[in-house]
Amino acid sequence: MKENGQKVLEADHLVKIYRRGSEEIAAVDDVSLSVKEGEFVAFVGPSGSGKTTLINILGCLDNPSSGRLALAGRTVVDHGEALSEATLTKIRREIFGYIFQKFYLIPTLTVIENVMLPFTFYKKPGAENEVERILKVMGIDHRKEHLPGQISGGEMQRVAIARALVNRPSIILADEPTGNLDTRRSQEIGDLLKGLNQKEGLTIILVTHNPALAKMADRIIELRDGKIYDPAQG
Amino acid sequence: MIKIFNVAYKNLLRKKARSGLTIIGIALAAWVLVSLLGFNKGYESSLNRDIDNLGFQMIVTAKGCPYEAATLMLKGGTGLRYMPQSITEQISKEPEVEGVTAMLMQAVFDPNKGESGGYSAYLGVDPATFPQMKSFLEFKQGSWFTNSEAMEAVLGYEAAELEQREVGDLLLITEKNVEVKVVGILKRTGTQDDGTIFLPLKAVQKIFGIKDELTGIGIKVKKDANIAQFEEKMYKLPDVQVVSLAQVKQTIMTLVSTAKVMVFSIALIAILISVVGVINTILMSVMERLQEIGILKAMGATAWDIFKLIWIETLILCISGGIIGAALAMATAKLTEVLIRQLLPYAPSGGLVQINLPLVILTFGVVILIGLLSGVYPSWKAGRVRPLEAIRSQVE
Repeated sequence: MKENGQKVLEADHLVKIYRRGSEEIAAVDDVSLSVKEGEFVAFVGPSGSGKTTLINILGCLDNPSSGRLALAGRTVVDHGEALSEATLTKIRREIFGYIFQKFYLIPTLTVIENVMLPFTFYKKPGAENEVERILKVMGIDHRKEHLPGQISGGEMQRVAIARALVNRPSIILADEPTGNLDTRRSQEIGDLLKGLNQKEGLTIILVTHNPALAKMADRIIELRDGKIYDPAQG
Repeated sequence: MIKIFNVAYKNLLRKKARSGLTIIGIALAAWVLVSLLGFNKGYESSLNRDIDNLGFQMIVTAKGCPYEAATLMLKGGTGLRYMPQSITEQISKEPEVEGVTAMLMQAVFDPNKGESGGYSAYLGVDPATFPQMKSFLEFKQGSWFTNSEAMEAVLGYEAAELEQREVGDLLLITEKNVEVKVVGILKRTGTQDDGTIFLPLKAVQKIFGIKDELTGIGIKVKKDANIAQFEEKMYKLPDVQVVSLAQVKQTIMTLVSTAKVMVFSIALIAILISVVGVINTILMSVMERLQEIGILKAMGATAWDIFKLIWIETLILCISGGIIGAALAMATAKLTEVLIRQLLPYAPSGGLVQINLPLVILTFGVVILIGLLSGVYPSWKAGRVRPLEAIRSQVE
């Protein structure tokens, strides 16, 4: 982590309420936090503690019911009101790279085509070189002409990570990236993320149940019932 | 970089059977459409050509059913009615008339023809007037008769092939046990003349024992004549009826229109089925890939990008179906013609189904329109999906 890095993400009093009939459930309950550039943050906590909801709000995939969210100093959500969908699309494209538990690779596209997929929808100079470089960094360049069905689960997740990296995002959001992998492959993916954080300076925000993966982070934030849990306060 | 078209194309490869069946559905609709439009065009032009090649604009026959008369005039046949030959002279005196030609049609059953026998049509024509009226007829071999009473025959192209006769050969008229000499064989005309055996009028009258009687008189009207007025005059003649070729055309087109409406309805139903099929296929495909669509949106794809992707998939299905359908229509034009001939009360000779480039382009236009319209709803539905809802759609 860069010492005294700038804040790339700031969340103030974020709340997300779901309604089930007359019942209101606060999936995220008054969460405030900030993440510095180059930081590796892991969210942990039991199932239903609001980790995924929070990371989706931080990644502009979901709107909070109230609160404020700023990215690199720019307010994107204020009092629960988000910017237009078009602006949010641009922000997702330019700032974030998303990694999910499921890989969501297109089975009829080869590894390299899957990684190139974001550039189908927008052009970026030097994109092809970047794809080749990232495939090498991910250690899957020798598999680039294979279809997803022809590679292992660990390799598939590497492809998904490569796809999240090609647009050179400043923040990687990873929701249970090792949830579908065995211990050895989970360790490999963890090492890879740590390497990207340390060597490429990427900010990584991670949700995981995997304690070994969480330990790799610079900071671990535990959530309970939608709130940040401070062991000191209980 | 991977193009949006490649992504769309490869998406369709995921469910090959489903995509294939949808393409077949569209191909069938396109096939029906091309064949139908081809028939619409081909039938009318063949009918016009048949009528033009008669060489006269009006025909006078003995009184009877006008539909029968129309059919006999174009197709030949049995069950003929006769009228006195003297009418010929009477008609030729009319000022509107440029020329008349007397005809006597006879049909003889030949048990040796084909597998189970068939009719041979003998048309007695006046050697002095008929060749003039049909000046466009060309000879493959020989020429017209040597005199007006000669026991000679001129064979249409197909009649010569069927009878396996050449100029100089003898031809037996089976029922009458009379032999005539073949003096000429016509080139192919694409009309009923191809299957006709022409003899001098007097020879036919002699062979069949018909004295001073005719089955028809062809009338060529002067260019500046008032045809309607002349028709009225002809109606006044006793025991004959006048059929103008405009009437014949109208009659036939009326008879055919019922069949056309039926076929048009079938085409419309086929198109509707294919539209529903396309919408169903694409919608299912969108629903199955909702999570992927969510990921694409999370990667920065806009609603319009997703709309385009799904729309291109629809267009690929429709264009593929259109190509296959058009090719199928061209390949099976002959078969379609055979089927249509069985459906219609009268079918002119020559190509009934004419498929050409403008028609194929028109069909493509219709198919693409089907694609564009069918794709709108699934594409719009996919485009407006919110990324998180889509990603969650099957996870939870």
